[in-house]
Amino acid sequence: MSNDHSAAHGGSSHGSATSYIIGFVLAVILTAAAFFVVMGHSLSPSATLTAITVLAAVQVVVHLIFFLHMNTTSEHAWDNKVFLFTLGFVMILIVGTLFIMDNTAAHMMSR
Amino acid sequence: MAHDTTLSDAHAEHEHHELPTVFGFWVYLMTDCIIFGSLFAVFAVLRNQFAGGPTGKELFEISGLALETALLLISSITYGFGMIAAHKGQIKSVQMWLAVTFLLGLGFVFLEVKEFAHMIADGAGPDRSAFLSAFFTLVSTHGLHVSCGLVWIIVMIIQLSGVSAINERMMNKLTMLSLFWHFLDIVWICVFTYVYLASMI
Repeated sequence: MSNDHSAAHGGSSHGSATSYIIGFVLAVILTAAAFFVVMGHSLSPSATLTAITVLAAVQVVVHLIFFLHMNTTSEHAWDNKVFLFTLGFVMILIVGTLFIMDNTAAHMMSR
Repeated sequence: MAHDTTLSDAHAEHEHHELPTVFGFWVYLMTDCIIFGSLFAVFAVLRNQFAGGPTGKELFEISGLALETALLLISSITYGFGMIAAHKGQIKSVQMWLAVTFLLGLGFVFLEVKEFAHMIADGAGPDRSAFLSAFFTLVSTHGLHVSCGLVWIIVMIIQLSGVSAINERMMNKLTMLSLFWHFLDIVWICVFTYVYLASMI
């Protein structure tokens, strides 16, 4: 009885073998690309950093969609709100910290 | 009136909501995300403060990093197959996939501990420089999370061996462990990109 209920409940968002395999293949390609960009030394340091940042951001999105099954259905509306809040919070935390500490270092002439 | 509207809207939406326990666990994961965000901010500030000690470029090995990353990535898909089996109610299959995931995760933790032990033995421990303090704090916090996940996997395998069907409560536990495990993979993407690869440029 309860078994039927849980199967029906999770039916829409637990992913299929195909979606897991698509996510896995994409993740492997993106990871390998990041490693090769760094090992190849063919780009300038700043271009390399930009490239691996883009690859990491895309891979995070791939993981969120294919492994954590995030989507825009109303079932996930609150998940998404909390996620977006956290994303904004963490961005302010990291960018703000770097901004303040770089400024401090510049004014103290410690670098 | 406005109050009535809100109530009926909430009620209408209610049927599409996932279970409160899973949402609560998602909120916990987001707070965990803030902890990791803080540790990444600390690492970003201290990443060049070597105090005359070894740099990341000298310490990190790309082959070890690639192996660790591969183990964690493969463990993500094996857990996914476990979840698919769970939704089909195949308990033995779930236990098998959980065991495979456990071994891959254990391999990851083993490699990480070995790496730390080598670094500490070479005089590049967390007390050597601000860079190394930040490195050990961030990476070992992730490793500790993975270790907790390993304990959780064992508990789930044991609990599953005592049931004849996967009920809703058990499914919730497996779903939350799934979120936890995949979330750690996302944190690892940021670790291998900004801690390891960025130091090797």
